[in-house]
Amino acid sequence: MGRVLLLQGNQAVVEGAIAAGVRFYGGYPITPSTEIAEGMAKRLPEVGGKFMQTEDELAGIGTVIGASMGGVKAMTATSGPGFSLKQEMIGLACSAEIPCVIVNVQRVGPATGQPTSPAQGDVMQARWGTHGDHWLIAVSPSSVPECFDLTRRAVALSETYRCPVILLMDEIVGHMRERIELPDSYEHLPVVKRKAPSVPPEEYMAYADTDGSKVPAMAAFGSGYRWHVSGLVHDETGFPKGTPAATKNSQDRLREKLAKNEEDIVKAERYRADDADVVVVAYGGAARTAYDAVDLARGAGIRAGLFRPITIWPFAERAIGELTQKAKCLLVHELNCGQYVREVERAVKGRVPVRLYAKYDNEPATPEQLLAEIRKAAEGIKEGRQ
Amino acid sequence: MRQNFRFSGTGGQGLITAGIILAEAALLDGRLAVQSQSYGPEARGGSSKAEVILSDAPIHYGRVTHPDTLLVMSQEAADKFSGDCDASSLIITDSLFVSDVRAKGARRIDLPITHTAREACGKPLFANIVALGAVVALTRCVTTEALERAVLQRVPKGTEEANRKALAAGYALAEKYEKRAA
Amino acid sequence: MKSMEELVNVYFRPGRLPHLWCPGCGNGVILGALLKAIDAEGLEKDNVAIISGIGCSSRASGYVDFNTANTLHGRALPISTGLKMARPDLNVITLSGDGDCSAIGGNHLIHAVRRNVGLTLVVFNNSIYGMTGGQYSPLTPIGSRATTAPYLTIEPSFDILALAQAAGATFTARATTYHVPVLVDVLRKGIRHDGFSIIEVVTGCPTNFGRQNKIGAPALMMEWQKDHAVPRAAWEKLDDEARRGKFPIGVLFERTDEKEYTKAYDEIIERAQAAKKEETA
Repeated sequence: MGRVLLLQGNQAVVEGAIAAGVRFYGGYPITPSTEIAEGMAKRLPEVGGKFMQTEDELAGIGTVIGASMGGVKAMTATSGPGFSLKQEMIGLACSAEIPCVIVNVQRVGPATGQPTSPAQGDVMQARWGTHGDHWLIAVSPSSVPECFDLTRRAVALSETYRCPVILLMDEIVGHMRERIELPDSYEHLPVVKRKAPSVPPEEYMAYADTDGSKVPAMAAFGSGYRWHVSGLVHDETGFPKGTPAATKNSQDRLREKLAKNEEDIVKAERYRADDADVVVVAYGGAARTAYDAVDLARGAGIRAGLFRPITIWPFAERAIGELTQKAKCLLVHELNCGQYVREVERAVKGRVPVRLYAKYDNEPATPEQLLAEIRKAAEGIKEGRQ
Repeated sequence: MRQNFRFSGTGGQGLITAGIILAEAALLDGRLAVQSQSYGPEARGGSSKAEVILSDAPIHYGRVTHPDTLLVMSQEAADKFSGDCDASSLIITDSLFVSDVRAKGARRIDLPITHTAREACGKPLFANIVALGAVVALTRCVTTEALERAVLQRVPKGTEEANRKALAAGYALAEKYEKRAA
Repeated sequence: MKSMEELVNVYFRPGRLPHLWCPGCGNGVILGALLKAIDAEGLEKDNVAIISGIGCSSRASGYVDFNTANTLHGRALPISTGLKMARPDLNVITLSGDGDCSAIGGNHLIHAVRRNVGLTLVVFNNSIYGMTGGQYSPLTPIGSRATTAPYLTIEPSFDILALAQAAGATFTARATTYHVPVLVDVLRKGIRHDGFSIIEVVTGCPTNFGRQNKIGAPALMMEWQKDHAVPRAAWEKLDDEARRGKFPIGVLFERTDEKEYTKAYDEIIERAQAAKKEETA
């Protein structure tokens, strides 16, 4: 039995977090993510969890990292300005391998931008926001039910791979209300537990790859395993070590722990894409326009399809590359001046033309507008053939 | 079939609530719905807009580019939000606030919505529910059973009776109009 | 009480020495006093967390055998707060320097104080940014020389305990690295305090403050502490003239009329669960 509800994407994130076992939230209210803070403030104490409205964005993610060190699944949410402020802490979570989920409901930027208007201008910041080489996961939902599912998945990925996961949303999906069916109780839903040490405390090394997975086991503070968290480059003991070998080994393992597991981490949806000449690449709220535009194009006799990255980072390099075996043109549609398109171009390596339909005027593209771009792409293919 | 609704007026008239209720009623009927709204300063006075799409097939693009039904409850909203209506659109106005709608060729029905709310329920506060009753009676987009259930599960406890009255008044407004038109 | 050698054997992590502090630095004295206080309070290692920010003082967390974290500059308090929320049963001790705590982390300080989170904050006040080579901090006395104040500082310094008290502190104390018994005593009381406690420890940085300000050798800096610190009871009897240039040490302020934050939060949980029960009934 389930409950059929009309929920906002932001509200579905709250339910997803509760279902995933998140029991701590620290954050600072900011449009268009505020409903997540409000929802967590109400829901967490109901299930024995804790919510804190912190003095600023930095403290928001700081408390989340602290709670996660204590063994509690923890999450924060923000929008662009707050995402900028959280970046140093995201780097700490990458380096010290502290699981946590950071929701960014994107709005128009930079600076204050347009607080309640949709944009996807933080897609590169989600990957490269903090300083230094680092590796993390970002996922992007396109619907309200997917907000629930991907929040749970974000929590599971962060616990499994001991790394921060960005739930990269946009105002379209965060604020829209849509049908969602939720279970009456979350008790039977599987909850991922982080890997616990398999050795006694005196042998425990918090950053040792003991099982070849590249993901070290993580003991909670107060569990009897006393270890050291550090944002300094450290070796497998967790203590700072500045040698070239220690630095390289640490970076290599952090990269490989995600690279090795891309099969599990990187997900995408293909819609009418198998025989498509023009494949639209779109994610998050922008993909909603793309489904309709693809249908309109098919109705007009154009073989169009959609490739929708669900995992935004790591980039779906192999899958995008494979698209070019069939597709004659990729059309990237995103709500920014053209960010993700560069990654697509890099993966396609010039095998087929990559076009960009960039929309950056506060409004999502209508299906008709995107259809016009698909037509241009289809005509381009024809001309190329002549 | 896809039906596009836009409810617009002034912040505080309860139009976003009305949009949510309509979408929830559609879910109760077993259909699909997407609701979106304008945010920001509009939510605190100024003009306000809620959009609802009802359909039996999955709804992807969630904004209304061409309203089948436009409800306008202020002159400013009529000026701002009627531009994409055409001959196939139905525009329902609150005659207390709206005098002029410039949409080309659209069918227009002027109803004393706020006036009726005050008469039937004692407060203009119920205008959104009166309007919902009228919209549903004129478009038959959801069943009246689902609408009543959706209204009652959204409104504050203790106001159920007044809201039922408001719905009935909305239905009656539409009925009266249709009789006159026939 | 255990000797320092015994304390080192029990509480220091093997292989982590030598520490990186300069000869004559007071940080080791503070860490030693903290271990004495933890030992005297009978705290289990597993139940103690030491969370630090960035700076010379913050390196202390890595040397000792507890649940420890050397986090980011200015951010030890939010991380400590999150940990305390997750594990209210842990004794969370936050180590911070004057710059870490009152400059880049100043906002977190006043709010941690205001919330009365059950943390013990030890501020290593050496009046300077030591690790980066001697730049002035908000606790550098006005008229001091620093590498970023070659013409002497013109900024008045904070009285960090007065700042905390204005923010609603429930426990403030001060000691120096010269007055070790006082230091151990206020650390013990701070750990025992059920709420947020802030302990300012005046310490010397001969390398980066002393040398620039011609105070000279470490022993002279200790002597300065001895001459300028006044136990609280004596301080109360001094007039304004006699107080000039001096500062009180000991527990300066304590009250117990406010609930510790995580305990107060339990009331939220109770209210939420009662409301939920009513809703579903």
